[in-house]
Amino acid sequence: MWHLVPRTQSSLRAQILVPIAAIILTLLCGAVMFTLLGKAPGEAFYAFFISPFTTRYGIGEVLLKTGPLLLIAQGLAIGFRARVWNIGAEGQLLMGAIVAGAIAIKFELSDSVWLLPSMIVAGTLAGAGWAAIAAWLRTSFNANEILVTFMLSSVALQLLYYLVTGPLRDPMGMSFPQSVLFGDAALFSPLLEGTRVNTSLWLALAVTVLAWVFVQRSMPGFKLLVSGLAPGAAGYAGFAEGRAVWVGLLIGGAAAGMAGVAEVAGPLGLLQRNISPGYGFAAIIVAFLGGLHPIGIVFAALFMALIYVGGDMAMVSVGIPNASTTLFQGMMLVFYLACYVFVNYRLQRPAGKVAASHGISADA
Amino acid sequence: MSELLSLRGISKIYPAVVANDAVDLNIGEGEIHAILGENGAGKSTLMKLIYGVIQPDAGEIFWRGVHTQVKSPAHARSLGIGMVFQHFSLFENLTVAENISLAVKGSLANLSSRIEEVADSFGLPLDPATLVHSLSVGERQRVEIVRCILQEPRLLIMDEPTSVLPPQGVELLFHVLRKLAASGCSILYISHKLEEIRTLCDRATVLRDGVVVGTVVPADESAPSLARMMIGHDIPHVSHDTATANGKVMLELNDVTYTPEDPYGTEIRSVSLQVRRGEIVGIAGVSGNGQNELMRLISGETRLAKSDSGVITMNNAQVNNWSPERRRQLDFAFVPEERLGRGAVPDLSLGFNTLLTAHRQGLSRFGFIRFDEMKSRTDKCINDSDVRCGGDAARAGSLSGGNLQKFIVGREIALAPDLLVLSQPTWGVDVGAASAIRQTLVELRDQGMAILVVSEELEELFEITDRLVVIFEGRLSAPLATHNTNVEQVGQYMTGQFDAPLRSGAVA
Repeated sequence: MWHLVPRTQSSLRAQILVPIAAIILTLLCGAVMFTLLGKAPGEAFYAFFISPFTTRYGIGEVLLKTGPLLLIAQGLAIGFRARVWNIGAEGQLLMGAIVAGAIAIKFELSDSVWLLPSMIVAGTLAGAGWAAIAAWLRTSFNANEILVTFMLSSVALQLLYYLVTGPLRDPMGMSFPQSVLFGDAALFSPLLEGTRVNTSLWLALAVTVLAWVFVQRSMPGFKLLVSGLAPGAAGYAGFAEGRAVWVGLLIGGAAAGMAGVAEVAGPLGLLQRNISPGYGFAAIIVAFLGGLHPIGIVFAALFMALIYVGGDMAMVSVGIPNASTTLFQGMMLVFYLACYVFVNYRLQRPAGKVAASHGISADA
Repeated sequence: MSELLSLRGISKIYPAVVANDAVDLNIGEGEIHAILGENGAGKSTLMKLIYGVIQPDAGEIFWRGVHTQVKSPAHARSLGIGMVFQHFSLFENLTVAENISLAVKGSLANLSSRIEEVADSFGLPLDPATLVHSLSVGERQRVEIVRCILQEPRLLIMDEPTSVLPPQGVELLFHVLRKLAASGCSILYISHKLEEIRTLCDRATVLRDGVVVGTVVPADESAPSLARMMIGHDIPHVSHDTATANGKVMLELNDVTYTPEDPYGTEIRSVSLQVRRGEIVGIAGVSGNGQNELMRLISGETRLAKSDSGVITMNNAQVNNWSPERRRQLDFAFVPEERLGRGAVPDLSLGFNTLLTAHRQGLSRFGFIRFDEMKSRTDKCINDSDVRCGGDAARAGSLSGGNLQKFIVGREIALAPDLLVLSQPTWGVDVGAASAIRQTLVELRDQGMAILVVSEELEELFEITDRLVVIFEGRLSAPLATHNTNVEQVGQYMTGQFDAPLRSGAVA
């Protein structure tokens, strides 16, 4: 009969142990799942978590998928710390991709060095703009940003479908729902030979550094944190509440929009119906798994990318259904949230030895 | 007198502190027994142990002679232990009878008649059909007391019950408690108000740093001798010269009328008030009469809407539409009533809580936090205000209420404002530290600060203020010169009789 007591200081050790515990619990459940599917868990885990690292291409794929997850999660985490729940990063990513893609298509033959930078800027702004709709509705009409951002994701997806089957479709493309291929000037250059990794990874790392400075060192980051933890104290100190909503959503949207640019100007090189394998949603898990901390998010993004790549490999080599990737993501979030309680609470025996010798139990 | 409850060698150890150390306590049948102690002396911990909220690490509890483990509050109630907390647990949208029916068995109609019966027999006017949100704080306390009485307790624990009552209400409460004790119910009375304990209680057990210093008959003691037991030395007396300065007006409210968005809030009705440099103005009143709304209007946390009227002037600037941050730039500092979640962020360290209001004073530069400055300023505040905590990295939420209050008051004073507004500045703070805070306020006044204090403790207001206004249902009385009024007159004002004359009797 243990019970939970609050800690006097948040435990840094627990903050590090909690995601690790969540991962271990996920793996245990995964082992049960694989066994029930009739697969040897050892073989499946090898395919999932080790085999991506055995080839140069595999490592490249992990890094390739780390980029957008890292970018989006850093942006989302800043909002989440202020309790601004932007769960529509997927839509903001698509808007970034659409606007950047439209520029690339419009200037298809351009070889200007300014083409890619202007795509990055425009795509980032488009993501932020898409999130701004939710911020405006929230601050003006108190509309729940969870619902608004989520529904706007569907709108963005339908917009993409419309564009690639209509106005932005490649006229020479035999009616396939996709655009023309972007010109070289509209693409990130390769980073590692023999892989699809490109220079947009630097963008993600730069954003990580900026996020760290913002969250850990800056006054605006502190104000945002206070707005999330204690709105009453933020009001008392004079940190405007509406500003927290705006800043939280705009940063998240901007980062997601940038990730959208990185996808279409990176591995895809064109606009098509499938732009993101759910990066915007997976990044929510990455943000939490990383403890909403810029450094933790780096590790969480790498791990989540590994699950994406490993899931593909396990499907091919061991015949595990592709849905296992999504299952792993979901279980990890559930276990993480369940374990998180130990960051601010610890288990304690109900009473000392004296009381215990009387054979009592505490249910208080 | 036979023993109803007896604690032997009860200890409770928390990570940072030993809250109760081998405490012995005996309460007789029908006895009114006081627990007296500074903040952090372990009073609350002891009450929670008796009421089954927490379990002791060592020691034994005997209830009516039988060794007992109080497992939970529900278990405590089944044993016959009732408790009236400082913060009431009532549903505002339910009637009195409905609220009570959540804890007491019986049909509503039957309960209503029993409520009236009990209320009548104790002389507590209470209508079972009233919705709780329309009740004053004192009336809500009555609901809590009646709810406990209906459960026929053997022991009633009262946690600082008079802090929410006007002087007349205190007399009524004492009358009820004496009657209850005469009927055989013991009462455990927690308070730091020495005079009350001397008037009401048969015996008093004094706690200091978790240890029982002694058990005395309070009527045989003087207030200073009780205080000495409690804090280990004499209370320094607050020296207070009458203000002579007729300084510049730092805060002026001119005919302010305001309707809150919250339907349960109190309307502010044509309030006018001036606070000058070199004076302390006090606002007396029973809580819930608009103090909170008025404070928020002054701090800028709420602002006057178009449908409201009036002018708020701060340091010559008309600040009606100004944000709290802008008002703070006029050298305004503010201590709010709620400590957790408003005056401080519970999940953040004391260091970050210093940054909360002091970031403009060199703790940040070019938008970056200066951690060294933050730490040194926090350490200084902890030292100067004698805040007992685990250092600048301790979470604000881990501090005891009184210690956090000392920290917040110290932090705001360290801003060296020209205008300082405090709501319940010594609420929950121990006698020694409260006295130190009051002395500091008087000294700051003498240095020319303009100070506005809202307090429910009349003694405190009489001790430090130069002028007093009374708030009742959102209206302010005309100011009274503190040296020219007395508790009786202010008490009458507190019930809305703003024309009550000054009766003969000791003028404070």
